[in-house]
This record gives sequence, C-alpha cells and structure tokens, in this order.
Amino acid sequence: MATPLIQISGLEKAFSTNESWFSQWRFHQGKLKRHKDSVHALNGVNLTINQGETLCVVGETGCGKSTLARVIMGLTTPSAGEIHYLDQRIDQLNNRQRMFFRRRMQMVFQNPYASLNPRMTVYQTLSEPISFHNPQFSQAQVDEQIDELLESVGISASSSDRYPHEFSGGQRQRISLARALSVEPDFIVADEPLSALDVSVQAQVLNLMMDKQEERNLSYLFITHDLAVVEHFATRVAVMYLGRVCELAPTRTLFSAPKHPYTRALLSAIPRLDSNIAQPIRLIGEVPTPTEKPIGCVFQARCPYANQRCYEQSPAMVLQNDGSSVACHAIEEGRL
Amino acid sequence: MNLLSVSNLHVNFHTKERELAALIDVSFTLNRGERIAIVGESGAGKSVLGFSIVNLIGKPGYIESGSIKLENKELTKMNLRQLQEIRGKRIAMIFQDPMMTLNPVITIGDQLVETIRSHTKISYKDARNIAIEKLHHVQIASPERRFNQYPHELSGGMRQRVIIASVLLLNPDIIIADEPTTALDVTIQAEILQLLLAICRDNGVALVLISHDLGVVSKVAERTLVMYAGHIVEEGPTLEIINDPQHPYTQGLLNALPQMTLPGQRLNQIQGSMPSLAERPSGCAFHPRCPYATQKCREQQPRFIYSGVSSVACFLVEDMLNEFAEQDQEAN
Ligand SMILES: Nc1ncnc2c1ncn2[C@@H]1O[C@H](COP(=O)(O)OP(=O)(O)OP(=O)(O)O)[C@@H](O)[C@H]1O
Ligand SMILES: Nc1ncnc2c1ncn2[C@@H]1O[C@H](COP(=O)(O)OP(=O)(O)O)[C@@H](O)[C@H]1O
Ligand code: SF4
Ligand code: SF4
Ligand SMILES: [Mg+2]
Ligand SMILES: [Mg+2]
Repeated sequence: MATPLIQISGLEKAFSTNESWFSQWRFHQGKLKRHKDSVHALNGVNLTINQGETLCVVGETGCGKSTLARVIMGLTTPSAGEIHYLDQRIDQLNNRQRMFFRRRMQMVFQNPYASLNPRMTVYQTLSEPISFHNPQFSQAQVDEQIDELLESVGISASSSDRYPHEFSGGQRQRISLARALSVEPDFIVADEPLSALDVSVQAQVLNLMMDKQEERNLSYLFITHDLAVVEHFATRVAVMYLGRVCELAPTRTLFSAPKHPYTRALLSAIPRLDSNIAQPIRLIGEVPTPTEKPIGCVFQARCPYANQRCYEQSPAMVLQNDGSSVACHAIEEGRL
Repeated sequence: MNLLSVSNLHVNFHTKERELAALIDVSFTLNRGERIAIVGESGAGKSVLGFSIVNLIGKPGYIESGSIKLENKELTKMNLRQLQEIRGKRIAMIFQDPMMTLNPVITIGDQLVETIRSHTKISYKDARNIAIEKLHHVQIASPERRFNQYPHELSGGMRQRVIIASVLLLNPDIIIADEPTTALDVTIQAEILQLLLAICRDNGVALVLISHDLGVVSKVAERTLVMYAGHIVEEGPTLEIINDPQHPYTQGLLNALPQMTLPGQRLNQIQGSMPSLAERPSGCAFHPRCPYATQKCREQQPRFIYSGVSSVACFLVEDMLNEFAEQDQEAN
C-alpha cells in the first residue's frame, strides 16, 4: 500500500508583475482605477507524492512546473492552499521551523553550471551541509562521509579538492546530487536535471538516481519535458497545463491510454525512433500567459472538444476505472 | 553534380600554445533537395561544421585545408562580398536561438521587408504584402497584427517561425539548421519540424539538420552523419543507422536512450565523456570509451569503409569485413 509522504491541496500561486504602487493605477472608462497585474502560475493543484515513488511532472513551458517545485521546497510562499509533509503542515513555517524539513527535502536544479558555487571545492561544497546537519560529527567523520558519498556517485574521492569548472556537465550534476544526498533526505525535487546534458550523460545521472532510490527508499518529484525519460523512470505522471493538473495516472496507463485532450496531443508529439511519422495532433495556438485567473477549463482556448460548459465551469479531477484521474467535461459527459 | 561537396575539410582553432584541430578530414556530399542530419554529443564539432560550410567560422577558428564546393564554386576561396551573396540567397542558416538572427529593436515586419528589399527592387507596400503572405505560410495566426510586433512580444516557437519565413523569402537551395528546436517545447518542436520538413519538400530545398536528438533526426533526415571528436565516424541512411548502427559510438548513443531498456531498468551509459580539443586521444579518438578497443585502436586511425549498411571508421568493422573476404576467397 502506498504511503503518502507529501500532500498538496488547493495550491495557488500568483506573482504580481507591477509591484510599485504608482504603476498600479489605470484610466478605465474615464475613471482612475487601481489594477494589479499578476501571473497566475498555479491555480489549484492537488497532488500526493508517495514514499519511494517517482512522480514525474510534465507540461509545456510556463505551465507552472518550476513554481510548483519552488513552493513545495518553501523557496516561495503559496497564495493559497496547503502542503503537508507526513502529518505536518509545512507551507507556513518560519525559517527556524523549516530547518527540520530542509534536511528531509532537497532540490536539484536544471543547470549544473549555475547551481554549484564556482569558488568552493567539491570538498567544501559537501562538508558544509554535512557538518551543518550533523553538528555532533567530528572532522574525521565528516571526511569519511564525503569520501563515501563521492564514491557512491562515481566521482573519485581524490578529486574532492577540485573546483566545479574542472568537471564535465554530467559530473557536476552528479556532484549536485551528492550534495542533495549529503543530508540523507527522504524526498528530492529535481527540476529538469537532465536537460543540459547529452543522452549518454543523462543515462549516468538517471542510473544514479534509480540506484539511490532503491538504496534509501527515496521519493522523487521529477520535472522533465522528455517523455521517454518519464516513461522509463516515473511511477506516476502528473500532466500540467496553465497551473493545473489535468491528468494524473500510473505511468503505463498514461502512455497506453492517455485521456485528457492535452495529454493526447502531448504524447502524439513525441519524436519517436521510427520512421512512420504518426501525424501529431496539432494544437491550435500557443500556451497563453495566465494573466487572468482562468474561468472554466484552462485548456479551452486550444481544445477541439470545448463546449459552452468548458468556458464557464472548471472541470474537477475524476477517478477513472483504470486508476487514472482526469479533469475534463467531455470525458465526464462521455463525449470523448 | 552534387549540390554541395565538402572534401577533406580541416578546421583549427588558434591558441597561444598550439593549433587545436576541431574538424579532421571531414568529407560529405549533399544532393539537391536531400535532407541530411549531423548528430553527436556536445563538443563533437557539429556547430563548427555547420558554420564552416558557409565559411562563417569566426576567429580564432579558421579553415586549415580542404574544399567546400557549391556546385562548381569553391567557397573557401571566396571573398567576403561573394560569400555574403551565397549566405543570403543560396545557403541559409537557422540557429537554436532565434534572437541570434532577429534584431530586438525592429518589428518583425520591417525585418522581413528589409530582407526582401535588399535583393529585389519593389515598393514597401508590395514587400509588406509578400512578408504577410510568408508569415501566413509559416502558420502564424493574424499575420497583419504580428507584422507590427517586436521579437520579444512573440513566443519562442513563433520567433522560430518568423526565422523560417525570412529564410523562405530568400528561396535558398540549402538550409543549415543548428538545433532549431532544442530550445522549444515538445509540442511546439513537432510543429516546427513538420513545417521545416514541409517547406524543404515543397520547394526542393536541401536541409542539413544538426541535432543531438536521434528521435528528431529519424523523422526528418534521409541520411545521417555521426560525429565524434571532430571526425565523421559513421554515415549512412538514417533508418539503417538507427536500426543497425555499426560504429561502437553510434551503438552507444542509441543504447543510452531510455526507450532501449525496460522501464525501471538501469540505462546503458557510455563510460567517460567527449574529450576536449586539447586532449584528443591518439589513434581512434573513441578508444578510451570503446568496449572493443585494441592496441591497434590506440595507435592507428581507422579509415572510412563501406560496411554494406553504412560507411564506418572502425577497426572492429574493418577486421570483420577482412575476415569475411578471406573466407570468401578460401571458399572459391
Ligand atoms: N517570479 C516571477 N514573477 C512573475 N511571474 C513568474 C515568476 N516566476 C514564474 N512566473 C510565471 O509563472 C508561470 C509559470 O512559470 P514556471 O517557471 O513555473 O513554468 P515552468 O512550467 O517551470 O516552465 P519551463 O518548462 O519553461 O521551466 C509563467 O507564466 C512564468 O512566466
Ligand atoms: N571559439 C572557439 N575556440 C576554441 N575552441 C572552440 C571554439 N568554438 C568551439 N570550440 C571547440 O570545438 C569543439 C566543437 O564545438 P562545437 O562544434 O560547438 O560542438 P557541437 O557538436 O556541440 O556543436 C569543442 O571542443 C569546442 O569546445
Ligand atoms: S473540459 Fe472542455 S475544454 Fe477542457 S479539455 Fe475537456 S473538453 Fe476540452
Ligand atoms: S576503431 Fe577501435 S576504438 Fe575505435 S570505435 Fe572501432 S573498435 Fe572502438
Ligand atoms: Mg521550469
Ligand atoms: Mg552546437
């Protein structure tokens, strides 16, 4: 039975784009009105991440994947909604209270060139979090742990006095992972950790992540746009569109029986390694920027099945027979 | 006659210590209307090759020797004015980042009009009509409105469409596209590739597609060149290369893809990484990463031979072929 580790409910995040008070005033129909511009990056996300599973999040640029990751990690505060770690609420913590969770939850970023401090050697990069989270450790214990960690990510311990620029992209990403693992977390959020890497190097990093998951029963929230990686690596997949989850399904089910119109288009667009070009389902228009809080279904503007109800009412996630959940009126009404 | 033929091309980078070779003895041909792909890991030399074809390789890089012929014209011997003529009208380039080509402070419409009027003498109004028609052609919705917008007002996918429109205006014989969809989303990637493919097919334009994504390549290119450390190591029909790769490096690249192992299983990684120019290994440059490397591989450079499926530079394949030949002789 799957045990929930992280539970997210009704999560919303709006960024205001004109912070200064002066820029908020507009003439509208002859009157001066106050108007705050904002981008609604998350519009009610409900998700559960189970212990030991990999939940992959997919979706186009700007749909809110990185924002979701940052909100879960407490790097930015949500506008509404709740996040629970086991049975504790963690979205309203002050810095002191957060400390405990910092150790349990770690993040790995897209760009291995930017996420490591260029002026710190690998040894310094790792010794800092290890001694911080284990104040009782002697220097020898810290050193021992660093050597062990580096070996476990395939970097020889003898190169611990080198700086990030002396390593290749894949090696740097493995060092980032070593840093995340250094505090023995339960949960790692990885935001596009492979996209700066070549396929051959992607394979190294993915293998490492799978090994560590097995060793430590780690849970991953894994953000990627590479559907082949998703198919290989995910336990379950959440498909996001404009700040909402529109389909959530076990990986095999999602790929064999995608349901939401957006998921279908997304899957038909994957370049596959064969020559019979399946005609991708063409989506009309491009991803809109969510400056207004959406009314109705977020996918309405590009959906071939949209009807009046889709413009008025937001579809709720409905559990299907095969274990997937989909938010779509057409499916609920049996039109699709 | 081939439309483009590159023979024995050597490109170097000049450094204080020594000359570093970025392309070594690269040869290939491109026919009219043909679509080829160049694949390989980052640092293999794909972009250097793309730039060299139009002699755009900037300092400290330079073409050391070799020939690049567009029909019967030798591009390596041309002066700047002649090259500019070729670059616009006969060979067009599309880059990963559309902003390398677009001017951020001029509306996209004016940029297109300027392109048209730089080589045809027509009025602004007529040029505007042609530009709008081309924007329509590349499936940009409401082109009249987009005409007056600046590049930053468009999404990445739309900018790449504008680039394709401007390339179309010049009616080139060859398009060189260096990772044209790498910066875009999957759904948009597929649309842009379809567009590029349709445009090349409909107008008989030849395409050189540079990509590190074999999935992308398999959809577009008829022939594929695999590069490693400045060499072409395998060349052949895309389908054959994907289904029956001969060179250990090509095999490694394909095997590393997640779809090559069952879900949840460890992926097949190629050990080690692409060497930098200064650290190129002796003999076959792939030998430190190759599971089949022998003493000969460390010492000598394999030559390019036809394996029956593709052309490959690898001793393993060469030795195998020799063995078959001997068996044949004995049988006779
Ligand atoms: N600090 C911010 N201020 C204003 N808007 C923001 C901010 N951060 C994100 N946004 C906006 O919120 C939306 C979601 O952004 P987010 O970075 O989460 O997208 P994403 O799904 O991670 O995209 P990508 O695939 O490109 O990484 C976008 O419209 C983005 O422009
Ligand atoms: N301006 C330059 N000076 C020195 N080396 C360069 C320069 N540009 C590229 N290189 C080197 O040439 C090799 C091939 O680069 P490139 O063609 O960009 O590779 P890719 O296959 O990723 O497109 C790399 O080792 C790269 O570091
Ligand atoms: S709810 Fe309506 S608009 Fe949304 S995906 Fe379903 S059919 Fe399309
Ligand atoms: S020549 Fe030798 S080292 Fe090079 S790819 Fe072939 S077997 Fe491997
Ligand atoms: Mg992101
Ligand atoms: Mg390149």
